[in-house]
Amino acid sequence: MTYAFFPGCVSKGGCPELYQSVRQVYPPLGIDLEEMTTAACTGAGVLQEKDLRLGDLLNAHTLALAERQGLPIMTICSTCQGVMSQANHRLKTNPDYLAEINRALGEEGLTYHGTTTVKHFVWILLEDVGEETIRQSVKRPLTGLRAAPFYGCYLQRPSEALGFDEQPSRAESLETVMTLLGAEVVDFPGKSRCCGFPLLTINKSNSMQMVANHTTDAKAHGADVMVTPCPLCHLNLDGLQSTAAGQTNRAIDLPIFHLPQFLGLAMGMEPKALGLDRNLVSTGAVLQKLNVA
Amino acid sequence: MVTTFRIRRFDPESAAPAPYVQEYVIDTEPSDTILDGLIKIRETVDESLTLRCSCRGAICGSCGMRINGHAALSCKTKIAASTASSTTVRVEPMNNMPVIKDLVTDMTGFWEKVRQVQPWLQPTGVEPEGEYLASPESMSHLTGVMGCIMCGACVSDCAALEVDSRFVGPAALAKAYRFVADPRDGASASRLLALNEPGGMWDCTRCMECIEVCPKGVGAMDRIMTLRANGIDQGVPSTCGSRHAEVFADLIEQKGRLDEPMLAVRTFGLGHVGGLLSFLPMTLRALVRRKLPKAGPFHRPIPGIARIRRLFQRSKETP
Repeated sequence: MTYAFFPGCVSKGGCPELYQSVRQVYPPLGIDLEEMTTAACTGAGVLQEKDLRLGDLLNAHTLALAERQGLPIMTICSTCQGVMSQANHRLKTNPDYLAEINRALGEEGLTYHGTTTVKHFVWILLEDVGEETIRQSVKRPLTGLRAAPFYGCYLQRPSEALGFDEQPSRAESLETVMTLLGAEVVDFPGKSRCCGFPLLTINKSNSMQMVANHTTDAKAHGADVMVTPCPLCHLNLDGLQSTAAGQTNRAIDLPIFHLPQFLGLAMGMEPKALGLDRNLVSTGAVLQKLNVA
Repeated sequence: MVTTFRIRRFDPESAAPAPYVQEYVIDTEPSDTILDGLIKIRETVDESLTLRCSCRGAICGSCGMRINGHAALSCKTKIAASTASSTTVRVEPMNNMPVIKDLVTDMTGFWEKVRQVQPWLQPTGVEPEGEYLASPESMSHLTGVMGCIMCGACVSDCAALEVDSRFVGPAALAKAYRFVADPRDGASASRLLALNEPGGMWDCTRCMECIEVCPKGVGAMDRIMTLRANGIDQGVPSTCGSRHAEVFADLIEQKGRLDEPMLAVRTFGLGHVGGLLSFLPMTLRALVRRKLPKAGPFHRPIPGIARIRRLFQRSKETP
């Protein structure tokens, strides 16, 4: 299984531990990656606020590069996945629009024919790697750990562009993987809600209220840890959790794991190799519960 | 088939008014909607169950409620589709508005916010002798947004409203777009100025809940994004929201990949140093954990940046 790997800006920036951990976990699962070094940012829905067509052009460029390689794209970020899925959906369902975009791409010697598939790592685990391989890769079952999933909006909505009709299991893919790793899934209403990250520079108070609500709610449901496939959610839920706690005058202290960190821990890898020492909320309580030194 | 309805109820006239959940087990047909089931409960099991409905055909927008955690029209939602993985369906009143009784909510605030965006045509210039005419082509892009039936589903599930009731909300903003983009309207500039204020178009958190739950495909968030683009194009005073979008685009054009520290610095600018400094504690913690992103000259452009810049340039040249 070879993929064109789209790491996204944040795994190369504010969340280097995500890039570090995914690099650890993919080889034993039979995955090969060819990193897309010349692909631009997806726009993250922000560039699209200013110019949707420009965003689609940049994503068509990325899709065309992967198409030329003959590879599906693997993402490790809910936002990258969602924005690229939406762009791909618009291009695949509107031939006139695709032709218009291709006129701009053509001058670079590229054409997008609409054949590239884009998959988040969590979907690849279930749809391509397979449950049996995942089970076999578990060397340190996360038994007894109560884990709350947190998807990130772009991996849940709009469901049509994300292919939920064709692959209904995607809606609960995170819980499925967490269960395969031996963890007890803590279901709570906030799991598919917004973390508040897009509001951070616009209305920080509202953004922090969302962080406080979701992390507190997950803890109230009994969670020891929260797991997310989105580094933008991680920046808010982990990076700014103490700010949210201060704003709402409550203690939270809920460790937030990137999905590859959680997977790697179950695969028996060392916490430091997975970058767990770089998370801002200490992951010590989780490691202690699992008796990991 | 047998279906269990778990309904959140509330009686303001009880001795100690508080929400509670009540279960009803009834026989249902595969073709039944949630509304059919609720009416059956009311008519055969418990006449005190209170709900609002009228057309039963997804036209009037009266029967909005939360079904298995998401807002929907109960007359448009099949029981069979809601019980795919279980024989139980959870029914609750809409969120982000006060509950009057059981599944009936008070939509006064909803209507006040719709009125706030002045949802009527405000043409300028000489009044024509007949009607204000617009060609079908110039109005076709408004077909989707004009399909809104004001059911409140988008407002119910709006994540921004959940933490800040001052936000004008997706339904009102979609309605605002409907007039801003109407070729006959002459008040677009003043409308965009009003929407540029706190609580307006920049307070949407882009969670897409409104897109997902809308029974009519209005796509409120997409309309809000177009309002933002129109605001930037028409030069409304810059906000942290508009600067964020403009700086983001500029950084991608220069480097291909996001320079996160520079995005924050340029978004807040000299006018909002306090906002920038509020991130200092997190920045210091990130520094200690060896995860502070490179910035400015230390953040190098991606290989092949020349092509990305040409794509930007070509896009600017295309009308």
